[in-house]
Amino acid sequence: MPEIYSKYPMIKYLRKEALPTALCPGCGGGTVLNAFANAVDQLKIDPRDLVVVSGIGCSAWIASPYFLADTLHTTHGRAIAFATGVKVGLPDKKVVVISGDGDLASIGGNHLLHAARRNIDITVILVNNFIYGMTGGQVAPTTPFGAITTTTPYRNIEHPLQISETIAAAGASYVARWTTAHVYQLIESIKKALQVKGFSLVEVISQCPVQFGRRNKMKEPAEMLRWFLKNSVPISKAKKMPPEELEGKFVIGEFVNRQRPEFVSELNKLIDEVQEHFGLKEV
Amino acid sequence: MRYPFPVGKSDFIQGDEAIARAAILAGCRFYAGYPITPASEIFEAMALYMPLVDGVSIQMEDEIASIAAIIGASWAGAKAMTATSGPGFSLMQENLGYAVMTETPIVVVDVQRGGPSTGQPTLPAQGDIMQSIWGTHGDHMLIVLSPSTVQEAFDFTIRAFNLAEKYRTPVVLLTDAEIAHMRERVYIPKPEEIELIERKLPQNEEEAKLPFGDPHGDGVPPMPIFGKGYRTYVTGLTHDERGRPRTVEREVHERLIKRIFRKILDHKDEIISYDEFMLEDAEIAIVTTGIVSRSAVRAVKMLREKGVKAGLLKLNTIWPFDFDYIEELAERVRKIYVPEMNLGQLYHLVKEGANGKAEVELIAKIGGEVHTPMEIVERVVG
Repeated sequence: MPEIYSKYPMIKYLRKEALPTALCPGCGGGTVLNAFANAVDQLKIDPRDLVVVSGIGCSAWIASPYFLADTLHTTHGRAIAFATGVKVGLPDKKVVVISGDGDLASIGGNHLLHAARRNIDITVILVNNFIYGMTGGQVAPTTPFGAITTTTPYRNIEHPLQISETIAAAGASYVARWTTAHVYQLIESIKKALQVKGFSLVEVISQCPVQFGRRNKMKEPAEMLRWFLKNSVPISKAKKMPPEELEGKFVIGEFVNRQRPEFVSELNKLIDEVQEHFGLKEV
Repeated sequence: MRYPFPVGKSDFIQGDEAIARAAILAGCRFYAGYPITPASEIFEAMALYMPLVDGVSIQMEDEIASIAAIIGASWAGAKAMTATSGPGFSLMQENLGYAVMTETPIVVVDVQRGGPSTGQPTLPAQGDIMQSIWGTHGDHMLIVLSPSTVQEAFDFTIRAFNLAEKYRTPVVLLTDAEIAHMRERVYIPKPEEIELIERKLPQNEEEAKLPFGDPHGDGVPPMPIFGKGYRTYVTGLTHDERGRPRTVEREVHERLIKRIFRKILDHKDEIISYDEFMLEDAEIAIVTTGIVSRSAVRAVKMLREKGVKAGLLKLNTIWPFDFDYIEELAERVRKIYVPEMNLGQLYHLVKEGANGKAEVELIAKIGGEVHTPMEIVERVVG
């Protein structure tokens, strides 16, 4: 193992044989992996009590192969549906989905919506870099209006999906959005998400300088981070702003943090109830 | 364990109901589904019974999510099943391939109805034979079973779980609207009368590190299920024996895919099952699968009464396919007829198997009606 890794305190959570990562220089994926590992470390979660599920795309690789836990690297868009089966089968384990915006909010958007509605105790870390990175920089449902991508070479004429707002409305217990320029807040939110009983979403606005920045006058990763910082609006302030002023801004903070009946607990409650009703329960 | 239905006695039930009861007796404790005619009764029975046996039945947002959830549950250690019909089965194909690639034991029931597209939702068909075998992309191997009675729907469901567990593979139970909705007398055995097979689990750390290896030489690796501290890495990408993605090395891909083929084909004598009726001295062979076999039995009797030496080969397993046996049969008989409820699917397999040793003729019928025995007889006697 190269010496540089031994100096990284979170290395114990990574599959060393898979390093160095395949992520491009300047990618926000490493920041997300680091934030997740720190959250796990601070909560003293044994990685053997974690199952990490991901879909397809650059951000899916953050979870698998790099994170050293039981990991299920699934088909495009379906990570949350796979995770639903894992969570019901292993209710005592923490089940985390880490994947991108194209994976979870486009092809997998329906699974995201319904998992939030069901309020199943899964934590989703959605890395939103506004673009399909792995396939070469095509437009995503999160791409800002007017942005240049390889499939909108003149400009994007669609408006981006507000993922956190949508999932908060769908019924999740916990929803927060941060950017890769807000690492400490991000770690705190991942910790809360891991502890909350119910569906939790942490949306991370992340930089893809290679596929997004380069075509949109921000080819340096630092330029993208400065863009995030300059345009981030805390949710408390955003509530007082008119919608036209929020165009192109990133609303950051906690959208919801609430207790609602959780799916797997309700399933088990139902099983007890039914068995008692039919006199099958052992007393 | 008390069961929410009578065991050790016969009952008069639908095919769909028989499949649900068999799944529960086979140890299935996770069911995920999405409503679709004519498979919904399987789901409804599972929803009713599962909580009574500490199991779970959940309705997912679509069929793609349903098969995804059962694969997840299987890695969590559960025996898991979903059921659907043609349109939903089409949606499941990508994840069916994922189950092949990740060697995940699951059972998928496809209750065939008329297609393509929405087609004839309430009527039987056999149009998914090729889809059940070749529906997903890439080189792949799986097992497809095909019952012809409600009793067989019950028995083959148990067998589907056993084969899935034994060979760490998805198994498709391919039935149809006729069997699914028909009521017949079925013997529901007591649990102690049923032989169940459970998946191999790693016996030591070394085995656990090779979730896609072949430590026992039978092509079937023990399954280091989640939650046991193995930190198993599962991916649909081409992977080595340890599960690590190795996507550009020809040898790694070939080794993996050929083992997935080998683990089934090396055991095909055990997996393949068929029934013969008056075939020993036959000059005319009728080869069928599923519901059409019922008419074919009668047709054979009618042909014998007319002095035609006819016999029936009823295929219970349609994949892997016993091409060699069909060739052997073709050497013995003058002609083979293949009545099926599509415009020619099983026919192509039989023709390939016959290898020119006997003429093979398709008796196709579509539109949602099973062949009458007379329709088969008339084609044979001309």
